[in-house]
Amino acid sequence: MSVPRLLSVLLACSFVAATASAAELTGALKKIKDNGSISLGHRESSIPFSYYDDKQQVIGYSHEFMLKAVDAIKAELKLPNLQVKTVPVTSQNRIPLIQNGTIDIECGSTTNNAERQKQVSFSDTIFIIGTRILVRADSGIKDFADLAGKNVVTTAGTTSERLLRKMNDDKKMGMSIISAKDHGESFLTLETGRAVAFMMDDALLYGELAKAKKPAEWLVVGTPQSREAYGCMLPKDDAPFKKVVDAAIAKVMSSGEAEKIYTKWFLNPIPPKGLNLNFPLSDDMKALFKAPNDKAFE
Amino acid sequence: MSYAWHWEIFLQPAASGETTYLGWMFAGFETTIALSLAAWVVALLLGSLMGVLRTVPNRFLSLLAATYVELFRNVPLLVQLFSWYFILPELLPTSLGNAFKQLNPFLQQFLAAWICLGFFTSARVCEQVRAGIGSLPPGQKNAGLALGFTLPQTYRYVLLPMAFRLIVPPLTSEFLNIFKNSAVASTIGLLELAAEGRQLVDYTAQPYESFIAVTVLYMLINIVVMTAMQRVERRVRVPGYITGK
Repeated sequence: MSVPRLLSVLLACSFVAATASAAELTGALKKIKDNGSISLGHRESSIPFSYYDDKQQVIGYSHEFMLKAVDAIKAELKLPNLQVKTVPVTSQNRIPLIQNGTIDIECGSTTNNAERQKQVSFSDTIFIIGTRILVRADSGIKDFADLAGKNVVTTAGTTSERLLRKMNDDKKMGMSIISAKDHGESFLTLETGRAVAFMMDDALLYGELAKAKKPAEWLVVGTPQSREAYGCMLPKDDAPFKKVVDAAIAKVMSSGEAEKIYTKWFLNPIPPKGLNLNFPLSDDMKALFKAPNDKAFE
Repeated sequence: MSYAWHWEIFLQPAASGETTYLGWMFAGFETTIALSLAAWVVALLLGSLMGVLRTVPNRFLSLLAATYVELFRNVPLLVQLFSWYFILPELLPTSLGNAFKQLNPFLQQFLAAWICLGFFTSARVCEQVRAGIGSLPPGQKNAGLALGFTLPQTYRYVLLPMAFRLIVPPLTSEFLNIFKNSAVASTIGLLELAAEGRQLVDYTAQPYESFIAVTVLYMLINIVVMTAMQRVERRVRVPGYITGK
């Protein structure tokens, strides 16, 4: 067989292969290929997961995972110049925006749970948190039992809010629960003395503590009331898309890169103020990095 | 768009308290109505007072009322709410501020939202009242004074009864607005209708059902208010001033 003929056969084969794979594309992958662009949902102030730096660029631990997933999607679709759009989302609109296709993927601080799985799908877990409380160091509060009869703040729309209300009902603790609009406002409520404790995901509590005027005045205490798995939110039941994203996350974890990303965001000074969260890698996280999975805890 | 509708969600037991999600909605509905009506009373009384002061022939009083209006009308509602809730207790003497902050959170939030909405709307009502008084021919006031009425009596018996009748339509708008504006109270954590709707989304992940229910309940309030105000408008209509059927 002459070289030109060989080439033409190869070309023909690759052409057939290319059209075949394009025809197989469905769901989000097809949409991304057709549009030549992908829309990423991100948070504006979920430190250190997904937030704006002082130049209004989106950065964060979860955002790095999302960018890894985008790289994998580019490779999968053979679209190195895929256009990447970023869309800010809130905890209230993120689910509808995935559902109506405004965003294709959202990696922030979204807990993977059974209720949400009825509406959206989740990638492999990227972070595991425990829900604990932030208190004034001299308050004498050691655990949740010490909160009986007191004012306690949590952020509206979080799993902590739900756990706190349930605990209050079940154990008849007589707490007055304040639901603040966002984590910053919750901390303000705690700082101004309206509440004696702020219940939230421990990683976010460390984020708030690091922002405080005098971080030494505050302590994260209490038995974790739940463990929660953060995942990237994806359109519901889009298996081919989920496969690409999961593979990208698993690769980051198995290659040891995940630990580097963790160290960068949780054990080193981070923008915008150069704060160090000093949040050591938990056993849950170590186990996750060894065996990536998309299991929800509740 | 793939969306799994679950209207039955409203009948399911809520995550906390011995009620259903529908019960949450109605709790929010009640809070919205109580807050708005309470704020409307403040707005109407204070707004009328300020509206009168803006028109009296006394430069000090009218300047005072004008300052009041500019302050409460020009500062965004959300900023006002945060000032009442977060900043004011810090400015008060420490013991008083702490006493307020130790109150039941619901009471704190309700009080802050009540005062905030009442004052904000009163500035707008004030302008309506001033416009109502200003739209009367100057002869009415002069006639009142010529008949031997004092200035307060002229306002009480001649000007205000006419002015209020003229401004029923714009007051209806303000009355409707106060219900819608009450949703800002959700930002300080008051569980009124909008906040309950949002909470329902968080707990059930069914945003469309929840937002539709919230919309319907707000519309219900507005329809009732509009119908009631139309009746008021018909009853107090001054022949020759507002043309109608």
